[in-house]
Amino acid sequence: MIEAYLRADGRKGIRNVVAVAYLVECAHHVARRIVDKVDHPDVQLIGFPGCFPNAYAAKIMRAIATHPNVGGMVIVSLGCESFDREGLREAVLASGRPAELLVIQQEGGTRATIDAGVAAVERVRAAAEAPRVEMGIDELIVGTICGGSDGTSGITANPAVGRAFDRLVAEGATCLFEETGELVGCEGVMADRAVTPELAREIVACVEKAENYYRVMGFGSFAPGNAEGGLTTLEEKSMGAYSKSGASPISGIVKPGDLPPQGGLYLLDVVPDGEPRFGFPNISDNAEIVELIACGAHLTLFTTGRGSVVGSAIAPVIKICANPETARRLKDDMDVNAGRILEGEATLEEVGDEIYRRVLEIAAGRRTVSEELGHQEFILTYKAFDPIGPDCLPLSARTAA
Amino acid sequence: MSGPKLILLDPRDNVLVCTAPIAAGEALPIDGAVVAAPEDVAVGHKVARVDLADGEKVLKYGAPIGSMKAAAAKGAWIHMHNMKSDYIPTHDRKTASQSSTA
Repeated sequence: MIEAYLRADGRKGIRNVVAVAYLVECAHHVARRIVDKVDHPDVQLIGFPGCFPNAYAAKIMRAIATHPNVGGMVIVSLGCESFDREGLREAVLASGRPAELLVIQQEGGTRATIDAGVAAVERVRAAAEAPRVEMGIDELIVGTICGGSDGTSGITANPAVGRAFDRLVAEGATCLFEETGELVGCEGVMADRAVTPELAREIVACVEKAENYYRVMGFGSFAPGNAEGGLTTLEEKSMGAYSKSGASPISGIVKPGDLPPQGGLYLLDVVPDGEPRFGFPNISDNAEIVELIACGAHLTLFTTGRGSVVGSAIAPVIKICANPETARRLKDDMDVNAGRILEGEATLEEVGDEIYRRVLEIAAGRRTVSEELGHQEFILTYKAFDPIGPDCLPLSARTAA
Repeated sequence: MSGPKLILLDPRDNVLVCTAPIAAGEALPIDGAVVAAPEDVAVGHKVARVDLADGEKVLKYGAPIGSMKAAAAKGAWIHMHNMKSDYIPTHDRKTASQSSTA
């Protein structure tokens, strides 16, 4: 049974984390020192490095501050940056959560703010209470991402996650898959799974947008390690990545910070709208994990062939290793070894079932390996998005809206 | 049938995927015939299931994943030296560091 934290807005969380957020790189060191001094697994450092305003960053920060796994927030501002610190604090308070704001220039500098911040975190932690209630599978939001992919990812871990996704979707959960830049070449097969012809057109359009964006950037979403692991082309990587989505119908498209309106399988469109600017859409896997969390993901299924080690305190990351050699070399960093499929020790169905069961265990409070190791990677950069169009939503959600 | 170290993902494919390290000279059973591996192949990498011509589409998962840019014989390792993307060119650490200006 999942014993969840019931928030004032009715959403349910599987963790009760206090987020400490810096609002510009200049406040990063102070915020990090506060988190280091508190040294608690349920206190996570997050932040935005830019001094100039960005609506996307503000939206993501608010979405994370009011994520059901978050119980309260301490905000650390330098003082002169653009970020609307009062607006963020008010949004957190309005959600029924405790929030404290520290402005370094008013607090008296580095030492004074660190001391005040440690005390603020303790107060917010004590106040970050929520009634414990039962939570069903149909209330879970689960994201998936692949990182450090190789030639085994598309054969073992990714299709195994697809099996787990199919089972979760069938039981009413909300599942999110993403990185349209790594779905280049799959737009046709993906569109065939859309619940409406309008959505099918939107899916093709958002993959074309991604292809154009990456073309302007000069590189595809492909790292040298992908090639060392046997992947030769972006479309080959895409075909393997795509299998994480399973075989359920695709109910809709969401953009970073949007909450899926109801259960089902959704594509997260992570590539900005308009003329390419601000650089690469997702500068590393962590940016995608942050966006999945901002869409309400309670936890994330992370498949890896080469071996990624990242994680999050806010929304646990379950590491599923595709490659049996990597699973042996990085065994302390992996939750599930899907490489057993390649060595004939387990079937795709068995590993899919294991992932499904692990999702429920982690939701019920068991710690992931990356949580135990204290991983808290977080990155938020500049982006620009238009709101999703009506064709991106399931029909029933459209008429209700 | 493919040997235990090579798997066929889809009957339409013209490449196989290596599931355990292959050493140069090793006998590779491919579709009933036996070919000597011309080079080492690492786990996750691809091997030609048939003779592949320059320009030919490479099929994996039953779908095109790029084109040959050189011919390769059955049993050969298929990777960036003889194959390319039909979408966005693949970069390595060298090309990536050389093209810093757009």
